[in-house]
Amino acid sequence: MKITYTDVLVIGGGLAGLRTATGVKERGHDAILLTLIPPKRSHSAAAQGGMQASLANSIMGEGDNEDVHFEDTIKGSDWSADQDVARMFVNTAPKAIRELNAWGVPWSRVKRGDRQVVINAEKVTITEKDEAHGLINARDFGGTKKWRTCYTSDGTGHSMLFAMGNRALEQKIEVRERMEAMALIHENGRCYGAVARNLMTGELVVYIAKVTSIATGGYGRIYSVSTNAVICQGTGQAIALETGVATLGNMEAVQFHPTAIVPAGILTTEGCRGDGGLLRDVDGYRFMPDYEPVKKELASRDVVSRRMTEHIRKGKGVPSRYGDHLWLDITILGRKHIEKNLREVKEICESFLGIDPADEFIPVRPTQHYSMGGIRTNYRGESQVLKGLYSSGEAACWDLHGFNRLGGNSVSETVVAGMISAEFISDYCDSKESEINISTETISRFFKKEQDKINKLLEPKPKSESVYPLRRAMEKIMMDKVGIFRNEKDLQSAVDELKDLLTRSRNIEVVHKVKAANPELFNAYRTQKMLKIALCVAYGALLRKESRGAHAREDCPERNDKEWLKRTLTTWPKDDDTLPTVSYEGLDIKSMELPPGFRGYGKDMTIHHDDTKVRQDEVDRIKKKMIDKGADRFEIQNELMPYDDKLPKKYRGRNERLEEKFDE
Amino acid sequence: MSNKKGRTLRISILRFNPNVKDDVARIETYELEEAPGMTLFIALNDIREKYDNSLKFDFVCRAGICGSCAMVINGRPDLACRTLTSNLDPDISLSPLPLFELIGDLSVFSGKWMRGLNERLETWIHDQGHEIDKSRIEEPMEPDLADEIYELDRCVECGCCVAGCGTILMRDQFVSAAGLNKVVRYSLDPRDKRSDKDYYKLVGDEDGVFACMSLLGCDDFCPKHLPLQAKIAYMRRKMVRTGQKK
Repeated sequence: MKITYTDVLVIGGGLAGLRTATGVKERGHDAILLTLIPPKRSHSAAAQGGMQASLANSIMGEGDNEDVHFEDTIKGSDWSADQDVARMFVNTAPKAIRELNAWGVPWSRVKRGDRQVVINAEKVTITEKDEAHGLINARDFGGTKKWRTCYTSDGTGHSMLFAMGNRALEQKIEVRERMEAMALIHENGRCYGAVARNLMTGELVVYIAKVTSIATGGYGRIYSVSTNAVICQGTGQAIALETGVATLGNMEAVQFHPTAIVPAGILTTEGCRGDGGLLRDVDGYRFMPDYEPVKKELASRDVVSRRMTEHIRKGKGVPSRYGDHLWLDITILGRKHIEKNLREVKEICESFLGIDPADEFIPVRPTQHYSMGGIRTNYRGESQVLKGLYSSGEAACWDLHGFNRLGGNSVSETVVAGMISAEFISDYCDSKESEINISTETISRFFKKEQDKINKLLEPKPKSESVYPLRRAMEKIMMDKVGIFRNEKDLQSAVDELKDLLTRSRNIEVVHKVKAANPELFNAYRTQKMLKIALCVAYGALLRKESRGAHAREDCPERNDKEWLKRTLTTWPKDDDTLPTVSYEGLDIKSMELPPGFRGYGKDMTIHHDDTKVRQDEVDRIKKKMIDKGADRFEIQNELMPYDDKLPKKYRGRNERLEEKFDE
Repeated sequence: MSNKKGRTLRISILRFNPNVKDDVARIETYELEEAPGMTLFIALNDIREKYDNSLKFDFVCRAGICGSCAMVINGRPDLACRTLTSNLDPDISLSPLPLFELIGDLSVFSGKWMRGLNERLETWIHDQGHEIDKSRIEEPMEPDLADEIYELDRCVECGCCVAGCGTILMRDQFVSAAGLNKVVRYSLDPRDKRSDKDYYKLVGDEDGVFACMSLLGCDDFCPKHLPLQAKIAYMRRKMVRTGQKK
């Protein structure tokens, strides 16, 4: 048994994992990073449109600041985000982007003077200020009041990931490629590292660490059609779940992106609509203004996806052999704009559809895109129940997004969460409490358990199952029954069928009897894990009898704050369970800076909690008192919901803007 | 998506697993019916699921963005995920990218090679220890220059330029078009304080820019259409001038 000791074991090599690793290294701690693939090929690279940070450089971002970003994020989440976390996030995002700038991201810049843009299908001329020339530019995105999404053409995630990956090389972070974490090692409520498997040789090894941080992204691949990379299989969440101790939060919160191409399911960025693109139906008619007269194509993602589905159900979809779709029209933006700012979209259209999007409409339909749920952590990024286990980025649910994430907030979150959790991880590593005291006997037990699992998969069985039919059945159930619109009958049958699949998956026999570099073998154990994650999603959705953000129940259309303003927590106490154990964690309205309200889409069907009015009155009273006293926006915020003591010291403090210059 | 329906594709794949003792390299041919809009990503997954679940290949984003799936397709290096079978003859040959360490079948360890390249060229901003204040407004940069840097920053490290390179067959330490492109990218970037002399030390020799024989397979095969020919020429002129100054 090969054991490697380190301070911090980071699992996952995307933006969140890399930023966590470099952060702890800066603080003097060793880090080893395990990743299935070379870090620069992580799914972070696929984030096209941009990163939200309230820099307010562009004229269209004028008046933007942390307060506006905060409000957009909370509304977008349908009031289920953690407001402390959201405050920490919006204050750190400008610092994150400026740091990434220093590390080499070639952000698109503001050019002084006139430029033509498309707003609400009309060409409009805007004039950028002289003093903004050369500063980081931003584009419009859905669900935001200001143009806040900073970008590099439509390859933002790629540029960020390369800058971050290179930073990790400079810092000499030890990266172990094609190394898969199979199980967490834990004892008495403390996590000590992981058993990992070399995907090239098949060898099992052990990493023991003071802290284990999971940054493995989302679980989109439990669905048959997803914009996610093929590695986004939820295995990070699954190894946390399989401890039987750690909790997952809000797993039923799954986002569908309005515009993935048909049939491949590849994303075309929200930047298409942010830059002025329109959605059209079978008649070429622009239908979104009929549903959402104010925000139109730029309503929040969950809203646009539902409206598109409704419109297709009315018979207005474009029929194709792959089912009905709608059109995304970016022809009005002009070839020059597309070839400069939407070039990945253009390449995707050319390669996968054989069309030129400057001349033709793009066939699109809502497609699984983002996992709001994940490993439940506190604002420090640490599991609430398993000491020494941290998580950040899409893998985690520290709960920045609640039940719906805003476009541009995800890459932003990866980096910010990495920055913040790296500080708390480092503090913990500096403390005596973090010393490792685990016996090799315990380590061997975990090691052997994984060894046995692999051997069992390879063993001949009398009633054997093969992996791919099970996987495909799961994906289809999730797509058909746990999708954009949900109802009790479908969800119940999804749960029943998934339970059956999980039981059957325990009899998978791998036909190709080789341990080294065997795709059938890794697909086998990953499918077993994915089925547990799928059950967490489907079962959580079945139990939540309301509609909130991306969780839309046709049989319970109201957002019910009275009974459901709470987070779903799932655990998996025993290996042979066939359903997760579910409990709930309430949100405290009385401490909210922004008490629950109406998001402004469709008809207000909220069933309010009694505390909401009490808190709203209190907030109004405090605001009035402070304004009368002549307080500034920082003082008012601090009076409503102080959060500064939660933020690591180095990320406290204001952010400079052209309109909010620091005194020299 | 206007594919002809139902052609029979014959996909021949060079198979070899270096982890299996006494395994012999061989070509295996699989027949499958073409589906509309089929890419090599779909075709290879079909083969794995229906005919041979031991087949090894690498896909991650399957959208032409991450660079994982470069392989030799009918003799030319390219990204398999965005290669539509309808653009190919029904007889298709696939083999792994040459030069990189083989993991098995179509899967190569190009990530390790690229990491080595980045370490060798120190492809990060050298700011001479200049600490920025993250709360202050960022340094301005000319918008056109930012775009020019982004243009070169688009390399996905897929390895097609390395696989298509004639020079590297004779000089295995050749820095490659990917490497030279990176050097140009950083030399353009005002945030990187390295001088031409520093870059001369990195690529001003017979394994660097002067090794290139201008066969330009790199430029032909780059799936991101990076201006490799122009940038190699640019770097060569720059390095000649820097060398002459000595």
